[in-house]
Amino acid sequence: MSILSFLEWLQATPFSTGIRESTWWYPVIESVHVLSLCLFLGLAVFWDARLLYWGFKRVPVSQIQAGLMTSWVVLGFVLMVISGTLLFVEEPVRFYGNIFFRVKVVLLIVAGLNAFIFHSRAGRRLIDWDNSPITPTGAKLAGAVSLSLWALIVICGRFIAYNWFKPLV
Amino acid sequence: MLIAQNIFPKSWQPLFNYIEHTGYGTMVRDSIWQFAAIEAVHLLALAIIGGAVLIVDLRLLGWGLKRQSVSEVARDAAPWLHGSLITMLVTGYLLMASLAASKYYVNFAFQLKMLFLLLAILWTYTIRRSYVRRTDAQMSPGFGKLIAIVSILLWTGVGVMGRGIGFY
Repeated sequence: MSILSFLEWLQATPFSTGIRESTWWYPVIESVHVLSLCLFLGLAVFWDARLLYWGFKRVPVSQIQAGLMTSWVVLGFVLMVISGTLLFVEEPVRFYGNIFFRVKVVLLIVAGLNAFIFHSRAGRRLIDWDNSPITPTGAKLAGAVSLSLWALIVICGRFIAYNWFKPLV
Repeated sequence: MLIAQNIFPKSWQPLFNYIEHTGYGTMVRDSIWQFAAIEAVHLLALAIIGGAVLIVDLRLLGWGLKRQSVSEVARDAAPWLHGSLITMLVTGYLLMASLAASKYYVNFAFQLKMLFLLLAILWTYTIRRSYVRRTDAQMSPGFGKLIAIVSILLWTGVGVMGRGIGFY
């Protein structure tokens, strides 16, 4: 079964059709997706800013991690994934054919890799530089890469709504 | 569906007409990509303003950066709040100007958004601002929680109505 035929099947399911044809589901899911962005990205920005020593300079890195990242940012991320999946399921074939959606998916994977690399390297020695104004180069790099990637992901997400280019499928 | 309402006075219509025909309005309206690009910046600033508001409100509710005092969290968040609010207002004005009279003036979701925005800004820069500057000893936890809940509700109203503009 090809990706396209699977997505065509998905789009024809009663679940997908139900969201697509209802008046309220789509705006509600989209509002949740946009508001969760504040919880997820809005708070994660302060983490990246702290890694770059741009803001929250007197707050130990570990406190931002415990107070925001492992709780509220995770909650925001879960809400983003659930609402985002529902938005995709509503019209999978159109999303699959949209260039900005494809770029967004690739960038999401790269952002995940960036977080993984940070946690397996500079993040492991966090205790050594927790209060230090001089964060390791690796941590600064992770913060800068993360900020850039998430900005691009948001921009791609917004651009999915526009059909400037011919659908790819 | 929402009942059609118009809470903007009729006397404002010439102003919205004027805005739509200014250089900025025409520039954004006539471009294929400018509206979308400005919208994307508006959305990025939304994430930051949401974070800057939430980080303080969560602290007032007893969550988030619990080891910092409320005033410390508010002071650290302030530049992000001011910067993102200015970005929101500038990009929002440009988006609105492109179709000021023909779309936004008659859009009920936009009208409610402006009402929420006015209340949210007033709340944030008067009552909430003076409260979060107090030392923790001068705070009454119940009042702090009330301030945070009102703040979250007002800013959520702005966001939801903003999303609603496209559906109305």
